[in-house]
Amino acid sequence: MQGYNFAYLDEQTKRMIRRAILKAVAIPGHQVPFAGREMPLPYGWGTGGIQVTAAIIGATDVLKVIDQGADDTTNAVSIRQFFARTAGVQTTTHTAEASLIQTRHRIPERPLREDQIIVYQVPMPEPLYRLEPSRASARRMHAMADYGPMQVKLYEDITRFGRVAVSYDHPVMVNRRYLMSPSPIPAFDNPKLHLMPALQLFGAGREKRIYAVPPYTAVVSLDFEDRPFDPVRAPALCALCGADDTYLDEIVIDDRGGRMFACSDTDHCAANRADLP
Amino acid sequence: MTPLLQARGLTHRFGRVPALDDVSLLLRRHEILAIVGESGSGKTTLLNVLSGRLAPQSGDVLFHDGSAALSLAARGEIAVRKLQRARWGYVAQDPRAALRLDITAGGNIGERLMASGARNYAEIRATASRWLEAVEIDPQRLDDLPRTFSGGMLQRLQIAATLVTDPELVFMDEPTGGLDVSVQARILDLIRSLVRRLGLAVLLVTHDIGVARLLADRLIVMRHGRIVEHGLTDQVLDDPHHEYTQLLVASVLPA
Repeated sequence: MQGYNFAYLDEQTKRMIRRAILKAVAIPGHQVPFAGREMPLPYGWGTGGIQVTAAIIGATDVLKVIDQGADDTTNAVSIRQFFARTAGVQTTTHTAEASLIQTRHRIPERPLREDQIIVYQVPMPEPLYRLEPSRASARRMHAMADYGPMQVKLYEDITRFGRVAVSYDHPVMVNRRYLMSPSPIPAFDNPKLHLMPALQLFGAGREKRIYAVPPYTAVVSLDFEDRPFDPVRAPALCALCGADDTYLDEIVIDDRGGRMFACSDTDHCAANRADLP
Repeated sequence: MTPLLQARGLTHRFGRVPALDDVSLLLRRHEILAIVGESGSGKTTLLNVLSGRLAPQSGDVLFHDGSAALSLAARGEIAVRKLQRARWGYVAQDPRAALRLDITAGGNIGERLMASGARNYAEIRATASRWLEAVEIDPQRLDDLPRTFSGGMLQRLQIAATLVTDPELVFMDEPTGGLDVSVQARILDLIRSLVRRLGLAVLLVTHDIGVARLLADRLIVMRHGRIVEHGLTDQVLDDPHHEYTQLLVASVLPA
């Protein structure tokens, strides 16, 4: 496409972002600031993820974009088209075929491989922000690994609600050192972060932070010894493919209270149905 | 008696005001040392420096941790924070500023435990509940929010939340300030019995001579950032030598 550099961002910007990514990979879970650019989409729509993707995408990459597990929602379709036009790369909806996956709110059900990279869109990179209003203090807490207050939050949830009440963005410890927000993925997906063969990159556009989890890094969800981490899954089978091990969306289907549960990962669900006799 | 905390030549100025002017002192294990003086005499600055919350412009603070006597500056920020989280405690004048008001009493008491690595929910609750009892709050109120507590209960909750990690040294900044007289008496009574039972060393800042007389073994009188008189509490209060101490003792209203 004329008038644009490959993958929209100029080369200097990409170098700057790559330097931030390298630093982030070197210190797993640590938030690295970067000079986030204005992107042709609003904050909250994936400006951080799109910049990370633009900085690392190559002409031979195959890109998949997920929004809440689906490949066919507005956000997913427009970001996929954006890179198809500005970088001319091949795109796909199949997890197995993709070399680069940008995602919002989900990790694909199909396990990722060593030759894949997953880029998360992150609205709020700071896991301590609800507990510590001062960003300067929060950074000191990270520096000192002073994460007691986060545990207090979990204590409070169990005391008041009988269980940890966050069902998404459940805080994790990366490499036994940094407390990290896994971005608003459901707690159901947290175990997939642990020892994942693929490189995981996280980009927050509004907050201008990049962080990363290198392949095969220990990622542990916070919990108590006697109240182990226990993510929720809707107690149902997928109405379309019958899967009992996937994360389900609850979909209202009429105005009389009718509802169905279906896989949130549309590609996985379609593959399951293709396998059915 | 073995030394625990030692200050050498502390000097700190806020602009042209000398808040601390060459202050040296020694606190021994299991000892209660009161710092008295009028407001603006540098008491709170001294407490902040001794507790590692403020780095002095010159001089140093040595902490004897059993194996070595190292200055806080030499220990580094991470080690000092570790001390502050477990082996030291800090009781502030206003419990509302020190406690988390939107977190239950149990969560507030458990915070220091969890910061020091406790990860067993049931044990944290059991410990918190024992400590509520120790400070004479009904353990039934474990899951109540501190904002439903009275001023005196809040201060007792803060004491429980501070002592839960079994510290050896506690800094107290006017622990009974802002409470009415009968509540004050109860808190003082509680502090006295807990401190003796647990064998704590306490650095107590107060402007109330009565509080110092009741709790402290030794006394330091400060004025304009300098120590003007120090000695055993009864000795200083019964036979004050410095004219400022004489004024301070004479200005106490007869009960």
